[in-house]
Amino acid sequence: MKVSKEDMENVAQLSRLTIADDEAGMYTEQLSHFLDYVENLKSVDTDGVEPTTYALPIENVFRDDEVKASLPRKAALQNAPEEEDGYFKVPRVLEE
Amino acid sequence: MKLYDKPAHVLHEMLAKKEISSVELTNDVFSRLDDVEGDVGAYLLTTREDAMKNAEAVDKKVAAGEEIPFLAGIPGAIKDNICTNGVKTTCASKILENFVPPYDATVMTKLKKNNTVVVGKTNLDEFAMGGSTENSAYHVTHNPWNTDCVPGGSSGGSAAAVASGSAIWALGSDTGGSIRQPASFCGVVGMKPTYGRVSRYGLVAYASSLDQIGPIARDVTDCANILNVIAGHDDMDSTSSAAAVPDYTKSLVENVKGLKIGLPKEYFIDGIDEDVEKAIRTAIDDLKNMGAEVVDISLPHTPYAISTYYLIAPAEAATNLERYDGVSYGERVSGIDVVEMMKNTRTQKFGTEVKRRIMIGNYALSAGYYDAYYLKALKVRTLIQKDYTEAFKTVDVIACPTAPTPAYKIGAMINDPLKMYLQDICTVPINLAGLPGISLPCGFSEKGMPIGLQIIGKPLDEETVIRAAFSYESTHSFAGKIANMGGKDA
Repeated sequence: MKVSKEDMENVAQLSRLTIADDEAGMYTEQLSHFLDYVENLKSVDTDGVEPTTYALPIENVFRDDEVKASLPRKAALQNAPEEEDGYFKVPRVLEE
Repeated sequence: MKLYDKPAHVLHEMLAKKEISSVELTNDVFSRLDDVEGDVGAYLLTTREDAMKNAEAVDKKVAAGEEIPFLAGIPGAIKDNICTNGVKTTCASKILENFVPPYDATVMTKLKKNNTVVVGKTNLDEFAMGGSTENSAYHVTHNPWNTDCVPGGSSGGSAAAVASGSAIWALGSDTGGSIRQPASFCGVVGMKPTYGRVSRYGLVAYASSLDQIGPIARDVTDCANILNVIAGHDDMDSTSSAAAVPDYTKSLVENVKGLKIGLPKEYFIDGIDEDVEKAIRTAIDDLKNMGAEVVDISLPHTPYAISTYYLIAPAEAATNLERYDGVSYGERVSGIDVVEMMKNTRTQKFGTEVKRRIMIGNYALSAGYYDAYYLKALKVRTLIQKDYTEAFKTVDVIACPTAPTPAYKIGAMINDPLKMYLQDICTVPINLAGLPGISLPCGFSEKGMPIGLQIIGKPLDEETVIRAAFSYESTHSFAGKIANMGGKDA
């Protein structure tokens, strides 16, 4: 399946990635090639088959609602690219 | 005395009997590392000072007459996607170049309780995405048996460290074969436990429904002992299994009489390397001669496993890797607003294969394609799992190659991602079904490269896998070999 330029741009946007002009050809071709390969799934009859997200039975896990020790703020912020007054700092989010 | 070439269980005995000290052993491993690491490149970071300190602490315990646990004082290596408190954890990615975790992964907490010695953090394909360790953002790791070849991946650094003698044992992680395939390529033993057997807390997530931590070691005995240390339920990982952990060393028994071994015809694919097929068939015959019953079986949905895996794993990866947005940790590349900042960060700091998988994943999850790709893959996953459930009604374990070829030359596949994905045919179905599997050495190719035999078990039945593997290993001489690294052997 040939991936269109629009599809490629859309998927890059969803991924928060910028595809340079000189890479667009490579990624589009490789994604198309990959989608051709996974076409083989279409021949599998999955009518009435339930999807599996986890191979082994997984149940909700509950615990008592007690306050437990957690990372101190300083440790939680130690890897932050930018912080201010104990908060993570990011560039402008909203237009002025 | 040369110590770096011995398995952990031998060294443990020597330590306990005071025949050697941990300082002596740790020095020997680091001196071997100094000799070979330039040619192998197994490590991203070594922690020599800490290692020596911990070795001294173990020696003091032994001197005081204390009993020491199995891994105490024995130098091991940790894949660099496992969080180590206060020690950089990069995932071989530029986006985590300076990331120092403020906490330990649960497996690290357990290892520390056992007074182990950590040599360093090992190389991998960036975020564990790849099968050759060529996708590391830092350097390529070379196969100790032939440095022109890849060590496999993604735990290539861990396997190469154990195979070259710069670690006695290692931890890796396996999402689609990332422990077993490099173990096979490097002639060591690697085990992927059942999904949930080992806590994933502190393992940097790639594909959460498939990831599992496991040991890479010189022999099956070491694997069983390491699994004893790391297995078990963890409150910090809600997907970890609550099942009781048996003593896996009780399965180190040489007895396959009456054991039913399934031989899946679909795993002997067209294009399988002749030497690999010969070695595997010989190994199966040997097991038969030892009293095992070999049964031909069919896992009919195997031809769809690669498609299924390479839709599910990237979809989970796309979601997991959303967190690398330049906000709370990791690198940041500035931008005029928050979205530009995120885009610039991810575009400049992720490598090509990671971007490729994020985009495949987002494509498969996106509106209009979700049902055709992601949901379809989840349904086929059910059928793949059913194949195993059916097979295990008649057999105890399944035996097959770990990889269709021995280690290949560096650069041979790097420009053809799909060809590289197809290499994973023997390993990915096991992750999709959540089963335990081991790879152990069963011969060498004509060119002298190791070949791995894979033994797969029922969910949570690591014991039978270990028994079958131990039985084979103890009657053959392939395990426990160290690559001599072109005469660098002292």
